Amino acid sequence: MTTYVGKPVRRVEDHRFITGRGRYVDDIKLPGMVYAYIVRSPYAHAKILSIDTSQASTAPGVIAVLTGKDLEADGIGGLPCGWQVNFRDGTQMKEPRHPVIAVDKVRHVGEPVAVIIAETREQAKDAAELLTIEYEELPAVVDPQKAVEDGAPLVHDDAPRNLAFDWEIGDKAKTEAAFQEADRIVELELENQRLVPNAIEPRAAIGDYNPGTDHTTLYTTSQNPHLIRLLLCAFVMGLPEHKVRVVSPDVGGGFGSKIFHYNEEVIVTWAARKLKRPVKWTAERSESFLSDRHGRDHRTKVQLALKNDGTFLGLKVRTYANLGAYLSTFAPAIPTYLYGTLLQGVYTTPAIYCEVYGVFTHTVPVDAYRGAGRPEATYLLERIVDLAARELNMDPADIRKKNFIPPFDGIEQPGYQTQVALQYDSGNYEAALNRLLEMANYSEWRRKQQELRSQGRYIGLGLATYIEACGIAPSAVVGALGARAGLYDSATVRVHPTGKVSVYVGVHAHGQGHETTFAQIVADKLGIALEDVEIVHGDTAEIPFGMGTYGSRSLAVGGSAMVRALDKILEKATKIAAHLLEAPESDLEFREGRWYVKGTEKSISFPEVALAAYVPHNYPPDLEPGLEAESFYDPKNFTFPFGAHLAIVEVDPETGEVKLLDYYAVDDFGNIVNPLVVEGQVHGGIVQGVGQALYEEARYDENGQLLTGTFLEYAMPRADEFPMFKVDHTVTPCPHNPLGAKGAGETGTIAATAAVANAVADALQPFGVKHVPMPMTPQRVWTAIQASQQVS
Amino acid sequence: MGVPIKVTVNGRQYEAEVDPRMLLVHFLRDVLDLTGTHVGCDTSSCGACTVILNGKAVKSCTLLAVQADGAEILTVEGLEQNGKLHPIQEGFREEHGLQCGFCTPGMIMTAYDLLQRNPNPSEAEIRHALEGNFCRCTGYQNIVKAIQYAAAKMSS
Repeated sequence: MTTYVGKPVRRVEDHRFITGRGRYVDDIKLPGMVYAYIVRSPYAHAKILSIDTSQASTAPGVIAVLTGKDLEADGIGGLPCGWQVNFRDGTQMKEPRHPVIAVDKVRHVGEPVAVIIAETREQAKDAAELLTIEYEELPAVVDPQKAVEDGAPLVHDDAPRNLAFDWEIGDKAKTEAAFQEADRIVELELENQRLVPNAIEPRAAIGDYNPGTDHTTLYTTSQNPHLIRLLLCAFVMGLPEHKVRVVSPDVGGGFGSKIFHYNEEVIVTWAARKLKRPVKWTAERSESFLSDRHGRDHRTKVQLALKNDGTFLGLKVRTYANLGAYLSTFAPAIPTYLYGTLLQGVYTTPAIYCEVYGVFTHTVPVDAYRGAGRPEATYLLERIVDLAARELNMDPADIRKKNFIPPFDGIEQPGYQTQVALQYDSGNYEAALNRLLEMANYSEWRRKQQELRSQGRYIGLGLATYIEACGIAPSAVVGALGARAGLYDSATVRVHPTGKVSVYVGVHAHGQGHETTFAQIVADKLGIALEDVEIVHGDTAEIPFGMGTYGSRSLAVGGSAMVRALDKILEKATKIAAHLLEAPESDLEFREGRWYVKGTEKSISFPEVALAAYVPHNYPPDLEPGLEAESFYDPKNFTFPFGAHLAIVEVDPETGEVKLLDYYAVDDFGNIVNPLVVEGQVHGGIVQGVGQALYEEARYDENGQLLTGTFLEYAMPRADEFPMFKVDHTVTPCPHNPLGAKGAGETGTIAATAAVANAVADALQPFGVKHVPMPMTPQRVWTAIQASQQVS
Repeated sequence: MGVPIKVTVNGRQYEAEVDPRMLLVHFLRDVLDLTGTHVGCDTSSCGACTVILNGKAVKSCTLLAVQADGAEILTVEGLEQNGKLHPIQEGFREEHGLQCGFCTPGMIMTAYDLLQRNPNPSEAEIRHALEGNFCRCTGYQNIVKAIQYAAAKMSS
């Protein structure tokens, strides 16, 4: 029996947000605070010949004009990369210096070149106009396939062919053999276009230094303040970690883009220490477009070998992954270990081979964006599966069912060992699809499709059955794969003398609702009221350590750490209760917040025990006072949520416009703590996924200018483009963590893009169109129809 | 050179001298410390800065503070009355109409404007009214429901 877990508890954090009392970084005003404006490169590739700061330095209100040379003179290092992916032949990954402020050369539009610090934001910006920077423009390359060609401009002199690494996974010989035996091979070349994450809160950072105590505080819009502190102290600035505090207060969405250690975090920290005044920087949206790490950007060829009955025999994938100009914090892991390892999907394909080229280009660095590798894997898999179904004249649902991995719970039946390194924890893929088909009344939609076609209307049904790896990550596994950090998480449970509870978690909420969902678990576990629990996150001064929130890891990893800490609390509290009740522990029973002596009415409450722990007049002699416990939880495996989504679209062949008519999702996240919060995650992910399919694209011209650099050119999904989604769940618990939870943050972006792409292709089947590149804008759809008509 | 302005914000009168180029949103945030109104873009696209000015929703990043001279402004901080949430605020909480909360004040003020003009909007009308407000978290669905909740509550 639970009071809170599993229930749609309304969020406790909402009150501050709906009354305008959230506290985001840009809301913070410190005494004596000054403002940084960052002058950024207008060129994708250029030598910096000179920077003349004389006029800017004397402009009204200007306190300092700082350049990359000043930064280097102060011994500040480059930004580190947290993951190493080597070349197939064992050569070490090319890891060129990633300067905080460019010194001799700029390598993408938007790279910081100088910083102006002034009393007001406007004065800093005005002074930037007075800065004279001489550049010598050099040729640029933006396309990862062109970047590896002979003679392409080099982004870094020490990275030949612009390769950071090349990487492979799977069994090449076995896959080649499977292709030899196949009845047919279906293939597709596709692009998973570059996206800009665009959290609605632009990034911001404030550096603050107290020369009296030598303490430095960085307020930053980060998903992982401890990681930022570690990187900042140990790798970039050489600061003593115990004198540095990093605070991520309310953060307005992240979607991966706020994981990474950014140039501006170093700049404000360095400048604040130098000037001995708090220094604030807040991105303007156009700066976000040019400096937030982008996502996706793959060019891929995929081939599926299969039998004529639809049985998959082998899969081959070759991908050029655009990494941008520098290696961002997690960048090498995204197109490799979070991508190639997911190519098994939910299918029994017995042979898989994938090779990936990680390529530098003169573009903004690319890193994790909601889903991070897994949407790319799912898009290509689900597209090729649909194409195969079409060639064989099978229904897309049937070809999937034919190839699904059979159900396994990870307890009675072992985990499923894939061809690409991972072992899935538990899954029941067909159950999710069946539930989806039933909920959506799939066969009725098929009937309707035929009927409408005869009236000249073209609707399409698009399925995506996906799997993802979440709960990153078992440290030993990811360490073996090149991660330079462990990826456990921590929680500290502090019971106050009155029985109220504060929990300090190493994961960070920036929309996920931890303050509610984590409190639900605590309240149930300790049998206390929800309002007696506070979840504290986002401040390295309060929380011992943590790896932060990304990869849908918070509940599965951070929540598991919290459950373990709660177990320790209960273990100690039970000893105290036994002493106070004068009964052996084995005679006690804990329910609804009280310890009972079994078979009697004699009992004691949780707050009474808490008080005894802090006022230990009558106390077990061999026990320390106090009631606080900490746990560091390193998961045994990843978690593997899965599900099935169905998009219904209508395409107007005259205009090429795609309208999303209906959308159904059945996801399996394992056990669910708060269905309201989980559904919210699903809705948001679907819209982002549909955004990639239909609207969004970060497009560069050949000179490396970002053509979609504001919200006027970059099409964000809007409210009036969507129907009400129908969402349901199946529940296959995770067998290896104490909550049985798998994670729910990314499924929408993983499944929806592929589902919509499949739906559009399905709608256009009568026109002979096999594939429309993303985003499937009216122009692209119309062009695809025209091109296909001309062929036929 | 400051220009004197007088504005009423959330029922309270303010007099200030402002830089002629200061945006209304910066006046609200930096001068009056009303940080509930947010800045999410520089192209008047995202709607995070939406406030009610003389009864109508405006994007406060699109107006200069001097243009607001003599105006009556309502921001998200002014909605709660005597510790009681406005039905729109309540709707956002009840229907889980927010996640990170950053777009929320703008969404709420846009909803306020809509429900003033159209107390019983259809789903399509709500979605149309939200066109100028971006949310990256919720997928809009629960924002629509939040506004439906508020409409029902306000008309009962």
